[in-house]
Amino acid sequence: MKRFFVTLGTATAVAIALGASAGWAQIKIGAAGPMTGSNAAFGEQMRRGAQMAIADINAAGGVNGQQLQLVIGDDACDPKQATAVANKMVTDKVVFIAGHFCSSSSIPASKIYKEARILQITPASTNPRLTDEGAAEGNKALFRTCGRDDAQGMVVATYLLKHHKGKKVAILHDKSTYGKGVADETKKAMNAGGMRETMYEAYTAGDKDFTALINKMKQAGVQIIVLGGYHTEGALIIKQSREQGLAAQMVGFDSLETAEFGQLGGAATNGVLMSFPPKAENDPANAALVKKFRDAKYEPEGYTLFTYAAVKVWADAANKAKATDAAAVSTALRSQKWSSAVGALEFDAKGDVKNAAYDIYVWKDGKSHPSTK
Amino acid sequence: MEYFLQQLVNALTLGAIYGLIAIGYTMVYGIIGMINFAHGDVFMIGGFIALIGFMICVVLGLGWAPLAILLVLLLTMAFTAVYGWAIERLAYRPLRGSFRLAPLISAIGVSIALQNYVQMAQGARSKPHVSLVQGGFNLYSANGFDVRVGWLQIVIVVVTVALMAGFTLLINRTALGRQQRACEQDMKMASLLGVNVDRTISLTFVMGAALAAVAGMMFLMYYGVIDFFVGFLAGIKAFTAAVLGGIGSLPGAMLGGLLIGLIEVFWAGYFSSEYKDVAAFGVLILVLIFRPSGLLGRPEIEKV
Repeated sequence: MKRFFVTLGTATAVAIALGASAGWAQIKIGAAGPMTGSNAAFGEQMRRGAQMAIADINAAGGVNGQQLQLVIGDDACDPKQATAVANKMVTDKVVFIAGHFCSSSSIPASKIYKEARILQITPASTNPRLTDEGAAEGNKALFRTCGRDDAQGMVVATYLLKHHKGKKVAILHDKSTYGKGVADETKKAMNAGGMRETMYEAYTAGDKDFTALINKMKQAGVQIIVLGGYHTEGALIIKQSREQGLAAQMVGFDSLETAEFGQLGGAATNGVLMSFPPKAENDPANAALVKKFRDAKYEPEGYTLFTYAAVKVWADAANKAKATDAAAVSTALRSQKWSSAVGALEFDAKGDVKNAAYDIYVWKDGKSHPSTK
Repeated sequence: MEYFLQQLVNALTLGAIYGLIAIGYTMVYGIIGMINFAHGDVFMIGGFIALIGFMICVVLGLGWAPLAILLVLLLTMAFTAVYGWAIERLAYRPLRGSFRLAPLISAIGVSIALQNYVQMAQGARSKPHVSLVQGGFNLYSANGFDVRVGWLQIVIVVVTVALMAGFTLLINRTALGRQQRACEQDMKMASLLGVNVDRTISLTFVMGAALAAVAGMMFLMYYGVIDFFVGFLAGIKAFTAAVLGGIGSLPGAMLGGLLIGLIEVFWAGYFSSEYKDVAAFGVLILVLIFRPSGLLGRPEIEKV
């Protein structure tokens, strides 16, 4: 008799659990990036963007009539942690992932998502290898809403060739997939334009003392520093350069685009140049959206709107496909041009955005402004 | 020449910071024969307390740099010393007399706990700090190359040398120092002769933490950033410095710190900045092969 009650009890519990999950049918999607660690500012951009997108999508009726639920993953830009996060996403049964941030995280994670047939759109990983390797391995469910470093390197190299030809250039990188990648793309384009670098050096991410390297550049008479690395080290390098009496012009890339760069580097960041896609938050078409972020006490800088766009374009495509499985949504994503918060998105066979543009920005008083040159 | 001089100035500053942290490792090892792996994180805590202290100064409107720095220094040393005392009391003392590895593992646990505590309490991001002491002067100019010396660099080296001298005097001349040396030689005998061993060890941790606090504050002022993870690498480097100089020896820690600073900076300056850590740790391996007790350490005599 007792046994019977236990069985009955279990059965009831299971029934209730099933009923509950059926009643609250939700689609789980993931956002993964560096929520902690030195790149946490970028993780916050992604989290804010994804949360806002989900709130908007759910308010508009969700995806195929179901509400979205966000699962946040923290990879701290560490490749090992990124694969752990990816496996966690698989067990959590997410159908779509907006992430990761660092290319060195996105690339290993993408292999796991491919196996598990989870669609991945990275809002920020710009290393060409991500989609090049993905396409070579037949991964059709891998996209990005940002541009690629070959485009970015070309823009910076063109700028240098136009305005600083003949000057002594030092190319620095932090040995990361992204940092070395974008530095090498710039070097390639610069060399093709007939400009040679004076120095090509690597530093270690997480280091705080760059004075030895800076004096080496001072000794070599370096006038331009091309920085393939993230904002925390970038800010220290430019700050210590000024303290050591090196007046070189720093040129960085998209990974400097957070107000934290200005805070960490202080006045030394005035005049630093960087490449970044046209800023969507300044686009009048996004005024209402930007206001919503600001009302929530957050400035939608950097990759916030790229993450928003990644989630939104996935939801639009899933609604069009009337499905959430990776294959159907991928086909839908490639089927048309999507309007999004970061402009029109049209994906090519590899999953890259067609005609991704980069502009040159200049830092002043802790903010980046479009360069007039 | 001017290039060499500039690198030397920077290397001495870096070495002084490593040396200050290394003293904490070496003192604890000298007395209880244990590596306090949480020491790097005590250094990080010191940096954060200094940051909070400077913010309080700004709120209170204390603009005069020497006074603000002195106040923050005292505050940082006091609070960090409490951390040092509490860590010893909670994590190491209960394990004294246990097997040799127990306090070591406990130390690694404390290190992880401190890092996560600061990450949760202060956030994971780098915290910027605008130093009160800025600027410097050109020591020497030649061939269009100015050798820059920051005021802060002078402060760091002077403070380090002063503290070093003070602590050497304390160990060699005072009653407390005598008790510490007695505990180092034979803890049981010392307690039989009326030395309060527990108190002596507590005070050693308090002193080590106070020195780490000074190093943390200098680090914060010199580099202008601090995050919850800085203790790890700085701790490893300082530990290397302590071993290089001969763990257990106070002048050895200072010498080791300076050497690590010199090797790192000159390797980066003349070869490649990519492998500067490899160079520093490579020298450590060489020293350990040819002089296992370190440069100034005495060979350990097995007590029977």
